[in-house]
Amino acid sequence: MRFTLNGKSRTVNAHPMKRLLDVLRGECGLTGTKEGCGEGECGACTVLLDGVAVDSCLVPLAHVAGKKVITIEGAAATRTGKALQNAFVEQGGAQCGICTPGMILAAAPLTSHASFDEIRTALAGNLCRCTGYPAIFRSVQSALKASKRAR
Amino acid sequence: MRRKDGDAKVTGAAKYIDDLTFPGMLYGATVRSSIPRGTITARHISLPDGYTVADHRDIPGPNYVALIDPDQPCLAVDEIRHVAEPLLLVAHADKDALLHLDTRISIETRNGTPTYDPEASDVCFKKIAIDKGDLDAGFKAADVIVDGEYRTAHQEQLYIETNGVIAVPGDGRMTVYGSMQCPYYVHRALVVLLALPPDKVRVVQTETGGGFGGKEEYPSILACHAAILARKAGRPVKMIYDRVEDLLATTKRHPSIVRHRTGLTRDGRLTAMDIDVIMDGGAYATLSAVVLSRGVIHAAGPYRCDHIRIRGRAMMTHTPPNGAFRGFGAPQTLFAIEAHIDRIAEQLQIDPVRLREQNALRPGDTTATGQQLGRDASALAVLRDAVKRSRFHQKRKAWAGTNRGIGLSLFLHGSGFTGGGEVKLASKASLELTPRGARILVASTEIGQGTRTMHAQIVADALGLPYDAIDVHEADTAFVPDSGPTVASRTCMIVGKLLERCARDMRRRLGTLTPAQYYKKHGAFTVTSQYEPPPGLQWSDETYAGDAYGSYAWGCNVVELEVDPVTFDVTPLNVTAVAEIGKAIHPMMAIGQIEGGTAQGIGYALTEEVVMKDGRMANAQLTNYIIPTPLDAAPMDVGLLERPYAHGPFGAKGVGEMPIDGPAPAVINALRHCGFDIRSIPATPERLMRARLHHGFSKAGT
Repeated sequence: MRFTLNGKSRTVNAHPMKRLLDVLRGECGLTGTKEGCGEGECGACTVLLDGVAVDSCLVPLAHVAGKKVITIEGAAATRTGKALQNAFVEQGGAQCGICTPGMILAAAPLTSHASFDEIRTALAGNLCRCTGYPAIFRSVQSALKASKRAR
Repeated sequence: MRRKDGDAKVTGAAKYIDDLTFPGMLYGATVRSSIPRGTITARHISLPDGYTVADHRDIPGPNYVALIDPDQPCLAVDEIRHVAEPLLLVAHADKDALLHLDTRISIETRNGTPTYDPEASDVCFKKIAIDKGDLDAGFKAADVIVDGEYRTAHQEQLYIETNGVIAVPGDGRMTVYGSMQCPYYVHRALVVLLALPPDKVRVVQTETGGGFGGKEEYPSILACHAAILARKAGRPVKMIYDRVEDLLATTKRHPSIVRHRTGLTRDGRLTAMDIDVIMDGGAYATLSAVVLSRGVIHAAGPYRCDHIRIRGRAMMTHTPPNGAFRGFGAPQTLFAIEAHIDRIAEQLQIDPVRLREQNALRPGDTTATGQQLGRDASALAVLRDAVKRSRFHQKRKAWAGTNRGIGLSLFLHGSGFTGGGEVKLASKASLELTPRGARILVASTEIGQGTRTMHAQIVADALGLPYDAIDVHEADTAFVPDSGPTVASRTCMIVGKLLERCARDMRRRLGTLTPAQYYKKHGAFTVTSQYEPPPGLQWSDETYAGDAYGSYAWGCNVVELEVDPVTFDVTPLNVTAVAEIGKAIHPMMAIGQIEGGTAQGIGYALTEEVVMKDGRMANAQLTNYIIPTPLDAAPMDVGLLERPYAHGPFGAKGVGEMPIDGPAPAVINALRHCGFDIRSIPATPERLMRARLHHGFSKAGT
């Protein structure tokens, strides 16, 4: 199975129905993608699939053939990734950190003009138990502002 | 100050337990009971080669998980007390080979009759009595007596990283890596179970994806399981629970029943408080005795009253053991008193703020245990600030008779271990000189709350060095002293203070030299500090009287919400949380604790329902155990007040637990403002609908 992982072409020999989450963590050795529930509820395993945030625990490997996958390890190369990573540290969006990779990738497709409601909606499939969310919203808002300034 | 663990967490570089592998590693699984009570009569195991199977006969030491009472077996011998009772352990090199073990292993049992009602149980783990003044005299002085019964249910901690460990055997030693709050609890459990000398057991905390109490005592039994398998197989064994197993088997918040009988004068002064507290401990004692202790000590709330009687019992039932969860007994009893105070206000037709103002503890007043409060008793300050910030009275008036409501709660939370606990712990902290500054050596764990950052700030300030010159060693029992568990809002106030003392000692020893100069001339040195109680602190375990805590943090919550008249869905509109915590060492992280704890408290009040069916959690999935999502998060207004505590580092008191004490009663009081008389949580739409159907818009009933 061939797909693009964080900008590089990658071939993986694994069962086509294997969860993308397990392929990323196992065959690809990228453990930044986390498992929180295994049923698509918590969003800790969020990755970008052709630019769209998906739960990698619900995506079979076969589904990514020929597509582009971005994990937290490749997030810095995305349009907003670096700003989000920095803001999650500076604004307190990351506490225990287990939801953080998923949160950052769920927020990554947002444009710098995103409204507060658009931010909340983008993150609606991602659970955090530490922050109660206000610090995550502040992190995303601050990152979008910073990425706007950078352009 | 940039958090020490921040960059690793946002790039995916931080290593959590499931991110680690060891050469030759096996995967372990637990075979559990499927009945709530009974006796094992036969075990049939038909597994092909390649599997390692262990049972209680493979335990070299005594078969219990060392904590307080030696009652919980690591692996059942023949008695089953709950549906998740661990019976056997199985390991295999292929994780998938551990699926469907139930087709190859069958356990025959003789069923017993389970008890789920703590009041019907005949096994009591702990009883506590607190008496102050003369209760009869207090009731004689009363014009009015108000009774009430309040109930709270289980709550799941729901850290997003499930419990997990890896045990690595070798050369008469055992090393366990894992997600945990208390490495030395795990260390002691392993030393006892494996019958090894302490220096042959090493416990290393890996980056931990949330705890909230759920990784206080539970990792000990899991570490024991992995170690038994690893010892038998002679290979490393990884055990990571999936979400379903984590929900079914691990500890939850104790359900409670609290009954109040309160005497007051007509104008609202408390004359007598009679309080009965029952906690449902589940199948084994675990931490129930100390959860009950914190619960009963907080049961009279932040109020002054000369005549108080509190009786508490922690009872056994046939559900998986309940355990530590942020707040540790206090959220249950503070829910009861704060819901009760609003009912009293309603009955006496007194404004709920005025009733609280009149009775709030002030500096110099004594608590239920007879502790005289110092100048940092801030009940009135947090109450007035929260009322003002939220414009409580304007909204209360404007929304009367609508489906919008506003309610408040006032609370306190003792920092550190209860009573003589800190003296018994005798915690230690060390500081080691490095060429560029100093390295912190403590067993306190970073579980998201910011331990490493906050400790480094305290040390940097006390040493007079930049924050970046301070390193923090990982919590590894081979290198760090026992600083006690990372629980009870003690990591800043108690361990932080020890580090402040270490830093001041180190600064004296350095004299006029910089760390680099001293290091070059004399080499490294380490200073260690051990806990000593502040002068004058007294406590009696026999009479349950005295100074229950070194100090208290104080809080007030105001919750504004709207009830959908058709679906009975409750939408929190705004939450005000004011906290007086002595000194916020890192204000952003302190606010993070308050916002996060408040959100957990709103979940506790409204949506988080553990459905128990025949002793088993019936909704053990994230699909139907509902914690707040980003769309549920209400805007929060957090106010920090600081009244320094003389014996905390730079004046700091505890902050971690208190935020979860107040939201549930504030929600229930806001619902009361909307005409719902609710006395148990969670207040799910189904419960609200029943309350409305049975009682209409009247204020009577349950």
